[in-house]
Amino acid sequence: MALFTRLISALRNRANDSAEFIEIEQQLLKSDLGIALSRQIIEKSKAISNQDVTTAIRSVLAGFMLTSNRELSKNSAGLTSYVIVGVNGSGKTTFSAKLANFLITSKVLNANIHMAACDTFRAAAVSQLKTWSERLSLNFISGADNADPAAVAYSAVKDVQSKYGDTSNHFLIVDTAGRLHTNSDLVAELEKILRTINKLTPVNEVLLVIDGSTGQNGLAQAKLFQEKVKVTGLVLTKMDGQGKGGIALAIENELKIPIKFISTGESATDLEPFSVDRYISRLLED
Amino acid sequence: MFESLGQRFTKVFSGLRGQINETELRNIQAEITAALIDSDVSVNVADDFGSAVYRKAVNQLELLKKSINPYASVFEIVNQELIQILGGNQRRMQFAKKPPTIILLMGLQGSGKTSFAGKLALHLKSSGNTPLLVAADLARPNAVDQLKIVGEQVNVPVFAPAAGNGVGNPVLVARDSINFAREKLHNFVIVDTAGRLGIDAALINELILIKKEINPTESFFVLDAMLGQSAADVAQNFHAQVGFDAVVLTKLDGDAKGGAALSVVSKTGKPIIFSAVGEKTSDIEYFYPDRIASRILGKGDIATLAEKTAAAVPQDLTEKLTEKFVSGADFTLTDFLAQLGAMKNMGSISKLMGLIPGMNPKMQQQVSGLDDAELVRTRAIIESMTPAERENPEILNGSRRARIAKGSGRAVSEINRLIDRFSQAQKMMKQMKNNPGKQNLISKNLPGLPNNFPAGLNMNAPQINSNTVANKRKKSRSGNPAKRALEENL
Ligand SMILES: Nc1nc2c(ncn2[C@@H]2O[C@H](COP(=O)(O)OP(=O)(O)OP(=O)(O)O)[C@@H](O)[C@H]2O)c(=O)[nH]1
Ligand SMILES: [Mg+2]
Repeated sequence: MALFTRLISALRNRANDSAEFIEIEQQLLKSDLGIALSRQIIEKSKAISNQDVTTAIRSVLAGFMLTSNRELSKNSAGLTSYVIVGVNGSGKTTFSAKLANFLITSKVLNANIHMAACDTFRAAAVSQLKTWSERLSLNFISGADNADPAAVAYSAVKDVQSKYGDTSNHFLIVDTAGRLHTNSDLVAELEKILRTINKLTPVNEVLLVIDGSTGQNGLAQAKLFQEKVKVTGLVLTKMDGQGKGGIALAIENELKIPIKFISTGESATDLEPFSVDRYISRLLED
Repeated sequence: MFESLGQRFTKVFSGLRGQINETELRNIQAEITAALIDSDVSVNVADDFGSAVYRKAVNQLELLKKSINPYASVFEIVNQELIQILGGNQRRMQFAKKPPTIILLMGLQGSGKTSFAGKLALHLKSSGNTPLLVAADLARPNAVDQLKIVGEQVNVPVFAPAAGNGVGNPVLVARDSINFAREKLHNFVIVDTAGRLGIDAALINELILIKKEINPTESFFVLDAMLGQSAADVAQNFHAQVGFDAVVLTKLDGDAKGGAALSVVSKTGKPIIFSAVGEKTSDIEYFYPDRIASRILGKGDIATLAEKTAAAVPQDLTEKLTEKFVSGADFTLTDFLAQLGAMKNMGSISKLMGLIPGMNPKMQQQVSGLDDAELVRTRAIIESMTPAERENPEILNGSRRARIAKGSGRAVSEINRLIDRFSQAQKMMKQMKNNPGKQNLISKNLPGLPNNFPAGLNMNAPQINSNTVANKRKKSRSGNPAKRALEENL
């Protein structure tokens, strides 16, 4: 790594970077924060003179995170709905199950959970969610094979609203098919799902699920989803793996979308509400 | 994907002029390293890459200083490094001496193994094979169902004796599938396994057992093209503990820069064999490292261009030109005219531009003026020539040129320019024939579109028209008839 440091400092007038900063910069790069953001973080930290390097870096990193509330919003009057979106294989269906489990176990609520299987495209996606719903004893709603996902969403909302008079403690979790942000037809399909639900009950959260080992492409994903469906929160998955999830910081910083959950495994309980502190420790971990 | 990295590289080099020295080389090294990291190549691999380029360039600095265009030579060093990382030659699938050929798929959760299994099965089946899919992902809810449905979609049988959702032993399923395939005479077995982390010791152990039990002909590591820095370590974990022969790159239809693929190949030394480019079961492609390398460097991808145009260019024309090339006969203006006719069918030139070698952005801009109108003019000029003149442009003296100018309604200078360009192209074809390894050198000097177009078109893509002469000459084939039949079918 000697050359790397030498050449970068030669090029970018960084002859005065200490070895410690250089090492941290590499760590940030390895955590997928990207070159520009890593550089910014280092520059800001260097400007802090009254703290040791690690403390300085930590506080600068924290400064790049939002200070707003990371709680899920809830419909005060009627049915609350959460729509789960993201690229293929990022962990949407598993997260849908985890989210349900989270709502049930956060005892303050007396939550009734309904799962809507709106991935009508991928093979066995519906039965995958059904299995999770059975495991967690959740109400499971699906449509006909290859049905229009917006139609499934529509009847799911209608179903719940007509069956229960007061739906203020009811949550509808909508699992959608994985789609690449670059596929405009599929993104339009997602917009339609949201429009449809919104006509019946507010969509309280659109949660974008991002694989924690995603590289710089994560930013492109978030930008496009954000532009089309107004994402309200990020979920960072597979954080039990080797990815550090640094791209989420880049997303939160640039698009002002708060990270709301960290997912750390394949079972329903492997979910943590986001903690800035823990996340930063992880980013800096070798 | 990869194109944006190419643009970055081109940008690094496009601004460079004048004296070359160590500082300049350091700058190039830094810029290249940064471009790689921005494209998700792991920091270590990017660093090694940049250092290697610097080292090789600085070793021949004295030589470079004397050269007319030293930066082109450095660019060539980058090219060589890239080709070396990507593995140079295309990796073809290996086949078992005694069927069935067993293919084991492994990778992280959500990387796309099951979809790829379906695509590979369809691909094999449509080339006359009898694949069997094996449901050995018994962990993820309804993964067995998913494979069953995928099997139905591509009309390939699925071996799924265990229920899944945590019930059943994947090692036993994999083992039994091989016996089943033997009995039922399936010549390929594709084993789909559960996604797992490279650091999950228990699950990695399970994979080791599966591999031991079935002794696969090919083990493929399935990699999501959108992965970031961790890809290198993950792949190394799989490779060191389980071992694989080649990499399958998925989700290439997105806009990922694909650097993870470079890290993985560089770290494990295993080449990319397939890429998956969409959600349809037919969205699978072989991976051609040399094509990708030249696309990254903005050197164009003649082979893909040829594929894109294959439909537009009549087969007999292609064959005729290939034969000429192989036999050493002259490429004449008659051939050129025929090619121009074919080009008319190919649609917008500017769209094809990125695929042509030597097209840096500036040249692209210049040539983008070369619209259909210019093609029409070029045609008019050639059509005003006698057949003898078309076969033997050397006989075109002043008075002949004046006649052609009049006949086509163009200035004599235009005739001269066309003849010049043409004879350059002709010369290059000969050079390429005599020294195929120097293609890079030549393509860098290609003056413009129409002259190099026909030559390159047929030269670089012999593997596409499977019955061309060049193809028969070039490919080495198995001596075992059964195996050869398989190879050819694939
Ligand atoms: N290790 C680990 N695996 C996870 C995590 N979250 C999900 N997975 C696994 O990742 C794989 C894909 O998860 P899914 O929930 O099916 O992903 P998806 O986004 O719904 O996939 P598609 O609907 O096919 O786009 C499964 O094998 C999950 O078990 C996590 O936090 N850690
Ligand atoms: Mg899903």
